Amino acid sequence: MNLTLFKTLASLLLAVGLCHKSQAVEITITCGPSGSDVEFCLKYANAWATQTGHTIKNFSPPSSSTEKLALYRQLFAAKSGDVDVLQIDTAWPGVLKDHLLDLKPLSNGLENQHFPAIVANNTVDGHLLAMPWYTDAGLLYYRKDLLAKYGLKVPSTWEELTSAAKKVQAGERSKGDNDFHGFVFQGKAYEGLTCNALEWVSGSGGGTIVDAQGQITINNAQAAQALNQAASWIGTITPTGVLNYEEEEARGVFQNANALFMRNWPYAWALLQKDDSLVKGKVGIAKLPGNPSAATLGGWHLGVSKYSKNASIAADLVLYMTSAQVQKARAIGGSFNPTLPALYKDKDITNANDFMSSLSDVFANSVARPTTATGLKYPQVSQSFYNAAHEVMSKRTTGEEAVKKLESRLKQIRRKHW
Amino acid sequence: MNSRIRTAWLFLTPMIVLMLIVAVWPLARSIWFSFTDTNINDISAGQWVGLENYVGEFGLFFNSNDEEGFWAGDWGVSIRNTFSFAVVSVVLETLTGLGLALLLNQDFKGRAFVRTAVLVPWAIPTIVSAKMWGWMLNDQFGVINNMLVNAGLIAHKIAWTAEPSYALWTVVMVDVWKTTPFMALLILAALQTVPKDCYEAARVDGVHPLRVFWKITLPLIRQPLLVAIVFRLLDSLRVFDLIYVLTANGSTTISMSGFVRREMVEYGNMGFGSAASTSLFLIIMLTAVIFLRLARVKLSEDAR
Repeated sequence: MNLTLFKTLASLLLAVGLCHKSQAVEITITCGPSGSDVEFCLKYANAWATQTGHTIKNFSPPSSSTEKLALYRQLFAAKSGDVDVLQIDTAWPGVLKDHLLDLKPLSNGLENQHFPAIVANNTVDGHLLAMPWYTDAGLLYYRKDLLAKYGLKVPSTWEELTSAAKKVQAGERSKGDNDFHGFVFQGKAYEGLTCNALEWVSGSGGGTIVDAQGQITINNAQAAQALNQAASWIGTITPTGVLNYEEEEARGVFQNANALFMRNWPYAWALLQKDDSLVKGKVGIAKLPGNPSAATLGGWHLGVSKYSKNASIAADLVLYMTSAQVQKARAIGGSFNPTLPALYKDKDITNANDFMSSLSDVFANSVARPTTATGLKYPQVSQSFYNAAHEVMSKRTTGEEAVKKLESRLKQIRRKHW
Repeated sequence: MNSRIRTAWLFLTPMIVLMLIVAVWPLARSIWFSFTDTNINDISAGQWVGLENYVGEFGLFFNSNDEEGFWAGDWGVSIRNTFSFAVVSVVLETLTGLGLALLLNQDFKGRAFVRTAVLVPWAIPTIVSAKMWGWMLNDQFGVINNMLVNAGLIAHKIAWTAEPSYALWTVVMVDVWKTTPFMALLILAALQTVPKDCYEAARVDGVHPLRVFWKITLPLIRQPLLVAIVFRLLDSLRVFDLIYVLTANGSTTISMSGFVRREMVEYGNMGFGSAASTSLFLIIMLTAVIFLRLARVKLSEDAR
């Protein structure tokens, strides 16, 4: 009797001791607040928790990415360990570089399987600050049926796009379709316009606003010319309302068969192919025009806070979430573009999303926003740039004037250093 | 006497300590930050830069880089917007509030109910009323555009909160809707202190009602009216929430408080943002002093 009691006690103690060794911890991750984010983020985080015995707590951030970044920066300023794993936008590694854990020592070289451009974007001063999770880049959507009807080919320069759009718009309007437009894109004064305008400028040989060494390069003839060209579209091949368009407004016009070309992110593809879409089966995608073509890199990554109390366990969750297995499931279920080139040859993925196989070339030739060079001041740099582009497009100034003014404004923002 | 003073200090001490912690310390720290280049990235890493945030090539005032003049820069625009908003809305609120108060001061059936009902806009939190008006004023699905178009008053739907030429005046309109009850209530309280016999004497003498208003009512409620205006003026110079929610805080409608928030929260420039907020504080203080001087408002009995 005594012996059994002793045995039970001993095994209980042992169990407690063992538990203590591999103590289960709670990892907080920012999934959400959107529905698909909760579905395709929290689900896999919980799967990891089941495997490892840890628990997951969801920290739901604001939906606007500007406010998300502001909140992160306040948390980091207070050196708060409340959040362990964070979703990081492509534009943020430079801004958050002092507060994210270097994942290189923990990743076992797994980052080498991802697109090098994305890994380079996430690496600041030799530190790998976030693992690529899914990616985005600007694409040109075009109406296959209309290009064939007018005997045109997919444009490879912005000039070709302009003339093709003019021709088709005139043709369609002469048949009574007065709401038909040549080209729609994101023209509202917000981060999306920075992405669009960078594609015009960079695709015309005008550089990337600020170069990798931190020199302000925007004041050049090609950049001014690219902005002037965009201004010439407004009111001719592009509706004036584009000055207030985000992604969804542009998609609305294109999906209702009212535009020949659209610049948008890959997410639009799946929606354009739905049954209620008026352009289902009539759409093609291509690299954006330009010489060389430049698609702004977007997408989200997962990083670990330096102030996390369980950093190595949090890093383990990040590696699981960004693994080929989870990225594949997210690609099939939610058409999130994998950051692993190998997955673009995966049969299951290409069967579910046949457009993805043609995207890997676009991602490989993408251009990054000048986030690394401008670091903490990127949000201001971007805002000055999109405001300048918006002013040119709304014909309040010329491209030449705008880039000159932008240069002096950027110097003020930089002060003595970025 | 000595022991009375000691007792007074004893009672005051908790309050003074509390004020030091929650008001003086943050204010002093914010003023200190305004002389540094602190970034939210690392608050302890700020370097002393003297007046660089205030004047000179990177500063708020006398900036040599402002080629188009001070008033064209974001800071200049925000000062202009704040003052246009404050002056126009306070004038409108005072006039409508006065009218409403005179009306509510009359004897009529259901006066108590109307007095309570009038307070509803003031009782709704600003965020809620701003969001509510934002939906009603939406250019595509808003009920106001719909009504105006149906009534044939406008040909096209107007983007009230997005179009730069309308946005600020839309904000003024919503603020007037919201704050008129507050003014009406304060003025009503003042009206009720006016002795009834003044009115009776005027009626016996057969004085015209307008003359009664100018010669009796207005002089007698002047002091409380001016105090109410000072309150509203100081309040509206700090305007933030209404503009932020209603207009998405674009550069054309940004207020001084919005400018401070953008610098500090969005850009993380604690130093520069603190300089702006200190300037905001000084500008409001100066405005208040000037207004009190001009209007010769007595805030206490012995002031002259």
